[in-house]
Amino acid sequence: MYQYTSFDKQFVKLRAEQFRDQIERWQRGELTDEQLLPLRLQNGWYIQRYAPMARIAVPYGEISSTQLRTLAHIAREYDQPAPELLAHAQATQDALQDAQPGTTLPAAPLRYGYGHFTTRTNVQFNWIPITRAADVMDLLASVSMHGIQTSGNDIRNITCDALEGIAEDSIVDTRPFAEITRQWSSLHPEFSYLPRKFKIAFNGAEEDRAATGWYDIGLQARRAEDGSIGFTVKVGGGMGRTPIIGSVVREFLPWDQLLNYIEAVVRTYNSYGRRDNKWKARIKILVKSEGQNFIDAVEKEYKDIVELDGAPHTITQAELDRVTANFVVPALQAANLPSKVNTQGQLYQRWLQQNVRGHRLPGLKTVTLSFKRPGFATGDADAATLEALAQLAEQFSAAEARLTHEQNLMLPWVHESDLPALYDAARALGLAQPNIGLLTDMIICPGGDFCSLANARSLHIGAAVTERYQDLDELFDLGPIDLHMSGCINSCGHHHSGHIGILGVDKDGKEWYQITLGGSDGTTLSGPAIGGKVVGPSFTAAEVPDVIEALLATFRALRKPGELFIDALRRIGHEPFKQAANAARHPKADQEALAEQD
Amino acid sequence: MTMKIIAAGALTTGAEAEKTLQIPNDADLADLAASGALKGVQRIELQFPKFTDGRAYSQALLLRRRYQFAGDIRATGDVLIDQLVHMHRSGFSSAVLAEGVDAAAAERQFARFGGFYQGDVNEPRPLFAREAA
Repeated sequence: MYQYTSFDKQFVKLRAEQFRDQIERWQRGELTDEQLLPLRLQNGWYIQRYAPMARIAVPYGEISSTQLRTLAHIAREYDQPAPELLAHAQATQDALQDAQPGTTLPAAPLRYGYGHFTTRTNVQFNWIPITRAADVMDLLASVSMHGIQTSGNDIRNITCDALEGIAEDSIVDTRPFAEITRQWSSLHPEFSYLPRKFKIAFNGAEEDRAATGWYDIGLQARRAEDGSIGFTVKVGGGMGRTPIIGSVVREFLPWDQLLNYIEAVVRTYNSYGRRDNKWKARIKILVKSEGQNFIDAVEKEYKDIVELDGAPHTITQAELDRVTANFVVPALQAANLPSKVNTQGQLYQRWLQQNVRGHRLPGLKTVTLSFKRPGFATGDADAATLEALAQLAEQFSAAEARLTHEQNLMLPWVHESDLPALYDAARALGLAQPNIGLLTDMIICPGGDFCSLANARSLHIGAAVTERYQDLDELFDLGPIDLHMSGCINSCGHHHSGHIGILGVDKDGKEWYQITLGGSDGTTLSGPAIGGKVVGPSFTAAEVPDVIEALLATFRALRKPGELFIDALRRIGHEPFKQAANAARHPKADQEALAEQD
Repeated sequence: MTMKIIAAGALTTGAEAEKTLQIPNDADLADLAASGALKGVQRIELQFPKFTDGRAYSQALLLRRRYQFAGDIRATGDVLIDQLVHMHRSGFSSAVLAEGVDAAAAERQFARFGGFYQGDVNEPRPLFAREAA
């Protein structure tokens, strides 16, 4: 992973000091809530339903054992609600539960003392009091972590495929380019008050595992025939209320022009993006409404940057070499720990099949630890687990781990000979479910249990689906399925890109759920990125697991031998699936009984 | 270049006879420059209708870097403390603080960071080019 220079370390510390000064001025009344808002957001601090939420950046998902231990410390010491706050939150959630139509799913417990892995490789804490926020930022800065631009209307923290630098199908390791872009975008004087948030993703492999079509700017690495490196530039993708796939504005941008071109895109957006309506302020709306005019404007701006401004941010070979060298491949040594695992057993074989992938270096594997397990919300790791992960990474993966877009944690440097012992250790932690890529490997946002934007809760639906699909024979028979769920149209749970998507909506204070079919994040298995289509009127929470079961039963009845869910859906069309989903609605009695009570 | 910070009440209008041009934040600078409107102008006032509306940052940068404007570029409107360093780096040379904002607290912000990654109007080279030099 990237090794911080003394400048990088000092920069993060000064940022934490600046944040403390801002919080103190706010506490003294020198800054209003409204004036503090963008400042705290640009450091990753939201105010949620019951408490602040801190969003900590983990660039490219790469995290060290030392950093994991610091997160464990924060979970244990700081992510702790006062008893009266917790009681208030529980009472409010209980009232929400009581207000639901008909027989509903059991509510998920309100948990605290843990970090939550997000789809953009951030870690979120939900209960840290704002009075302790500056202390937490100091702690994080001590291990080169921060929340810089994890929120706000700025260039957000940049993401990559979790397998960058280790993938077998790698074209280019894009992490150095992403890091150069991250540094350029950090505290950017011109681009800190954009019309809306701005997200950039890199993908360096043949397969797009970074969902680049869904980003404000998606950069796909290419190698030209002469061996030179460049990027295909997509602009204007995004989820939310108006899901759009990014348009290709450049087939091949030479790598040294990366910052100049991004500058042209973001300046055009800053100047012309809509600011009158939050729902129309993302760059995708500008790209959609202006079409070729937008591309022409970007190309003109880029030309002016190069020809008139002297292109001061042209990346030099020396800088690329320096940053590349800072992505140090750690000293690799096998743990050689004993193991009693039956390596011929079905469970172990299934784990090998789903959770272990090849590596560009011989004798090495990448291993994904599954954070999709009964009794825990998707992507949640409590203090004890975070500490155990730190140790696991030290023993088996050169003290490094990676958060993944799918809300799991990957060990990137595992010796093949260590797999049985690692399996043992992961199983003891409850992190060896062989479900990576399968139905229960769901992407789910925190939803209405925590988020103030949410229209509906999501965690209890995730729990119900997890519990219903614990039979591994059934799960393996169903094969790879992307199930994504968001608690509101902001789409943090990427429901648009799920083969099956679930979207929470609010009707008169009650939670309802729209089901979509046929979305794709852009991976080889899922096909070109596309948003799913709604199957019909929304469902109650209790109906959702039954709808999923009906969709899957339809799939099993209609599939050809070996056919995947997404392929069957595309071959057959949505109609039989829609009919099955609508037939799974619960008898009206439930809802009518409720209407009488009202 | 340093930035002149002016408290809201301290602004004396009328006494300054300089030729000032006020540019709204949705104006197209290329058209303006081509029309010759910047010629002979000593001060350009750019607008922050709300402190979260960042269009004037791009305008200031372009006025300095692309249109070579050498006079005063003044930030007006909802000008607060925590955006001043961004403004200065984007090419503003003076700022009129919004009502009730403490000018002393504003000055403090300029000493906070020893350096930044990206180039700006005052130092066009990014960190990597400065370190290589």
